[in-house]
Order: sequence, then structure tokens, then C-alpha cells
Amino acid sequence: MEIDKNQLLRFTTAGSVDDGKSTLIGRLLYDSKAIFEDQLESVENTSRKKGHEGIDLALFTDGLRDEREQGITIDVAYRYFTTPKRKFIIADTPGHIQYTRNMVTGASTANAALILIDARHGVIEQTKRHAFIASLLHIPHIIVCINKMDLVDYSEEVYENIVSQFEGFSSKLIVKDIQFLPISALNGDNVVNRSTNMDWFQGPPLLHALETMHIGSDINKIDARFPVQTVLRPQREGFIDYRGYAGRVASGIFRKGDEVVVMPSGFSSKIKSIDTMEGAMEEVFAPMSVSITLEDDIDISRGDMIVKQNNQPKALQEFDAMLCWFNTSAAKPRAKYTIVHTSNEQKAMIKDVIYKIDVNTYARQEEDNTLNMNDIARITIRTTRPLMVDEYRDNRITGSFILIEDSTHETVAAGMIV
Amino acid sequence: MSKYYLNYLDELESEAIYILREVYAQFQNPVILFSGGKDSILVTHLAKKAFYPCKIPFPLLHIDTGHNFPETIQFRDDLVKNLGVQLLVGSVQESIDAGRVAEERGKHATRNALQITTLLDAIESNKIDCAIGGGRRDEEKARAKERFFSHRDDFGQWDPKNQRPELWNILNGKHFEGEHFRAFPISNWTEMDVWNYIKREQIEIPSLYKAHNREVVWRSDSWIPVSEYLKLEENEKIHTKKVRFRTLGDITITGGIESDADTLDKIVLEVAAMKQTERGNRTDDKRSDTAMEDRKREGYF
Repeated sequence: MEIDKNQLLRFTTAGSVDDGKSTLIGRLLYDSKAIFEDQLESVENTSRKKGHEGIDLALFTDGLRDEREQGITIDVAYRYFTTPKRKFIIADTPGHIQYTRNMVTGASTANAALILIDARHGVIEQTKRHAFIASLLHIPHIIVCINKMDLVDYSEEVYENIVSQFEGFSSKLIVKDIQFLPISALNGDNVVNRSTNMDWFQGPPLLHALETMHIGSDINKIDARFPVQTVLRPQREGFIDYRGYAGRVASGIFRKGDEVVVMPSGFSSKIKSIDTMEGAMEEVFAPMSVSITLEDDIDISRGDMIVKQNNQPKALQEFDAMLCWFNTSAAKPRAKYTIVHTSNEQKAMIKDVIYKIDVNTYARQEEDNTLNMNDIARITIRTTRPLMVDEYRDNRITGSFILIEDSTHETVAAGMIV
Repeated sequence: MSKYYLNYLDELESEAIYILREVYAQFQNPVILFSGGKDSILVTHLAKKAFYPCKIPFPLLHIDTGHNFPETIQFRDDLVKNLGVQLLVGSVQESIDAGRVAEERGKHATRNALQITTLLDAIESNKIDCAIGGGRRDEEKARAKERFFSHRDDFGQWDPKNQRPELWNILNGKHFEGEHFRAFPISNWTEMDVWNYIKREQIEIPSLYKAHNREVVWRSDSWIPVSEYLKLEENEKIHTKKVRFRTLGDITITGGIESDADTLDKIVLEVAAMKQTERGNRTDDKRSDTAMEDRKREGYF
């Protein structure tokens, strides 16, 4: 494997027990040889006990005790496989509406989303929900897998009908890149290998699509943002005056000598050096973790953001966001929460619920302004101090935040700034 | 293709460094759980990078079962000296002597589960609010659901059904007095990634990972090293084999595999061709399908 060049691709799958999601993941792992003999043996034994002929691929993704007992996925589970071209991380999430928060979680870091449709049933409510979440979280690439083609005689007509159904409703959504694939996860058609049962389909199989998908522009390379995580002051010989700002480049590119501004203070300076243990670098880009030193002595601490003079985020104390509520207890009107945005932490209040969205029909409801678990709404939020924000559609890191309930310390909501 | 992209090892490294820095920023008294195995060595190496030119700002905590490979202890002591960090040791033997736990009986008795009490005691007595571990999600099915920042209640227990959602790269380490977190910076690494990275960075690892001649007995489908703690059973014979270990733990339950891989290059090639998971040689995971989940709920690593 040419490990020097291989990229990492994160994708999410949402689905229920019956649409074959677990079988598809099992198929990808099995056909890409990510399954070890002892895992295979254990799955073969269980398959036999359950009376399956052959192996039940879905068992490879079996998780916690409760999930095994109930036969459903409750939480996000991460799976890994590698091909000679890429390393893949799958965020495997449950598809049922009561697990919207898990789908949102899995989608938040994904380059791509796989949406599964059972060829016998076509587009159903769940399909719309998954497509909506993928679009809300701005997953750059969507692959719609029309599965169980073996059960509809590999019919091109059935496939084409489902594609147009999907295109019909998804025109309301923002999706950069979408592909459709007819597959049978059970038999392996168009998953790793091209199907011999569907000559009418000219596209590549799923794995090939995942291996060649262009993810180079998934990260914002224009707006340079560097949230400071912590300050490094070694105070030892050779580094007496060293003051490095440690962080991970959220987006864009920084170079030695760049004119920068530290927000929110507004002080400007120049980048003196960009350091790593291996030595200084001339330039860095997202998502690299480095330490930056500046020409001038400025008081900088965690929560501050280093940006370029000629390209700055907005410093806002009040803004609108799409919010997904995660907690069993409903949002309290005008109650205070802790907001975490990059490395910055402030108090915040939900000032207004503008509308809620029905994730199945995309209808807006303006009357009901309570936020219950799994609700998604457009809200106005007010913070005690300004946050340095970009719109989520431009920047997934500086455009996102979470809310924490102070009495329980739980993460109760996730927001995307609009 | 633009030159502004990272390869997957660089991306995993950057993610781990980000998480380690978040631990430092969000907790008062974190430690690195150090077993002497490759994963905790990797985490320590990444911590060195995360805080350079500062020293690693965390002590290492070793939960010592008393059943060690002598090589592991030597390696640990050398590393601590080189890094100039503090070493904390929680001793399972002391927990047994103090009557906190009782030694398991029977022929497959191990001190594996006993470590939980010693670990939780060490966390409490040292007022540790975050224990950084080398757990990886590819190791085992219960670990596949683990968060980067994983909450433990004031009994040290994990509630897998009630975990905090983790979105984007925002980590919520808020906790009440008495509760603690486990942090897993290398969650997204696979065994293969770990070896490729160790090779790339030329990280020093204990000689046990490289093929060497050793006295062993065949038990539970792997070669268990002969040591003063091993009780031979009737039909067991001592062999001398060229073996290496894929994971390092309690010497009484860590099985070796026959191998000629005595360099990092050969190990990487061998791991790439492996047909068994690395925990397949750990008798502790063979007890039941949910053995790991059950131990993790109680507070295991």
C-alpha cells in the first residue's frame, strides 16, 4: 500500500433493520477483506444457531448486549476498513426517528453519506429523513444505494422510478454531489464488484465510487481560522521566551510571515514561526495540529482565534442557527446554557424558536415552539460575549456549536449557524 | 490533486494531538494509562508531539498486575526517565493484600478483572479526573461505540446507552466532583495504522513485539510464556519457540504467535497478512461474547 498518499474518507450510513444497512456494511468489510478469521468463525457459528444458510453478513456489525438482544443499532458504531487506495471510517447509525441525534452525530464529520432504499418499497419517510439530515449537516457527497435489486429482478425500470422519486423531493435540499447505484448487498452486486446481473448500469460499483470520490475540496481552504486550544510555555533552556499557541487549523492556509489578527481582542501581528516537534514549517493547512508563534507579545489564551488580516469571521453576539435538540428534557425558554464553539466557551440563551422542521415532510411549523428530543428548529441565540463565527455552509468547524446544560453537564443540543 | 491534503496517518496524528490538547485544557489532573503495550507507547509519543517544546504535562499511571514481562518494566522505567515525567503505579498485589479484591481461583484464573478495582482506587486516591487510554474502536465490538471523551460516573462505571453525543470536533469534558473521564486519542486507529505509524516514526517498542526465542506452553490456541506465575497443567509441555506478541498484558494470559518478524518492516508485513484479530490471542476476551462490554461497564480500561 502506498501509505504516503492515501487519504482518509469518513462516511455515514443511516438505516433500519430491514433495508439491509448492516448487510451492506458486512459486505464491504467482508469483500474488502477487513474481516478476520476469528470474527468470521464467530459469525458463522451465530448464523448457524439462528438457522441462516451461509453467513449472515449483518452479524459483523453487531454491537452492545442490548443491541444484540433487540436486533437494532442504538448508538453510533465506528467501523474501519482499508483498501489499497484509501482508509475508510464508517459511522454506522440507527435510522429510526427516535435516534435522529445519533444520525446527526455520525453525519457531523462525514465526507459522504450512504442512503439506502429498499428497491421493493422505493422512497419512504425514512429516506426523506436521512436525506434531510445529510443536507442539514452539509455532507459534501451523497450516494443513494437502491438495495435488494435481486428481489425486483434487477429491473432497470424499478431503479429509474426510484431515482426520479428521489430527485423529485431532494430538489428542495442542498446537496453538492449525488450519485445513484443499484445494488444487492446480500449477493454483492455493485458493492465491491461490478454486477453481472445489471448490464444496463454503466456506473462504478460502490467501493470504487468511495475510493475515487474527490474529497480534496471538502475542507474550506480559503478562510484561514486557527482557534487556540492552549498556550505552550516551556520555560526551559533554549525556550525561555517561547510562547506557542497550540491548535488545529480549522480551515484555510497559514504561512510564516502572514499578517494576522487575534480575535476578539483585534490586536494584529505577524506569524513568526509555525512549529511541530519535527521542526518549523513554511505553511500549514486544515486539519493540521501545530503551534504558532507571533512577532509581538500579545495576551492570547484558549478561546481566542488567529485569523488573517484580510479575511475575518464575524464577531456576533446574536445569530440564527439550525438546532437539533438531543436531550430527553425539553429546552427551557430563555434558560441559560453553556455554548461551546471551537475552543471558546460562553453562556448562551435561546432567544427565539422561529420554526421547527418536520424531518419527514420538510414542512415548517411556526406555532409550536417547544424543543423536544430529536426536534430540529431554526432558532435565534444570544451569547454573553461575541463568538467568532462563519456560516456553517462555508465552514463546518467555525460554523458549529454545542449547548451544555449546566446542571447535568450533558450535551443537550448541536447547532449550525445560518 | 491539490497539495493541500493530509495522508491518513497525518490526519490520525493531527486528530490525536488535538484530543490530547483538549484533555490538557479541560481537565485539572489527567494521566496517561501506561501498560507498556504499543498503544500506550503510541499515545505517549503523540503526547510528546502535542506539547513540544514543553514536557508531557501528564504523569503515566501503570496498573501493575504483578504478573509482568520483565522487559515491560524495564522499558517503562527507561521511558519515564527519558521523558522526565512522573510515574504512578497502582498495584493489584496491594489491592489483594489489603483485601480489596480476591484472587480468582481455578485453572483459568487471571488478574485481569482485578485490575478494575486497583485502577479505580488509583484514580480516586490520586484525584485523577481524566485517564487517557490507548483503546481503539477496531479492537472489539463494545469499544466500537466508545467516545473520544467517555464519561464515568462516581462509581467509575460506563453507561454505553447514555453517552454524550460527540459532534464535529467539539469535546465535552464537563464533570462533577468524583466523576472522571476516559479519553481515547487513538480511537480511530486500527492495528495496521498503529504499526505503520510506529514504523514511519521509528518509535521504540519493547523487544517482546519482535520475534525472539522463548519458553512457552500451548494453551487456549496460543503460546503462553513460561513464567514464575504460570502453573503447568498435566498435559502441558514446555517448548522453545520463536514467538512474538501482538498485544502485551498480564504475562499469564498474553499469548504469543510463532513468527520470524524481528524488525518493524517484517512486523508490518506480517500484520498486514494476519488472519486473526489481535485480541484473538487474549484469553480474557474469550470468556463470552460480551466479556469486554461487561468489564468496560465496571470501569475497565
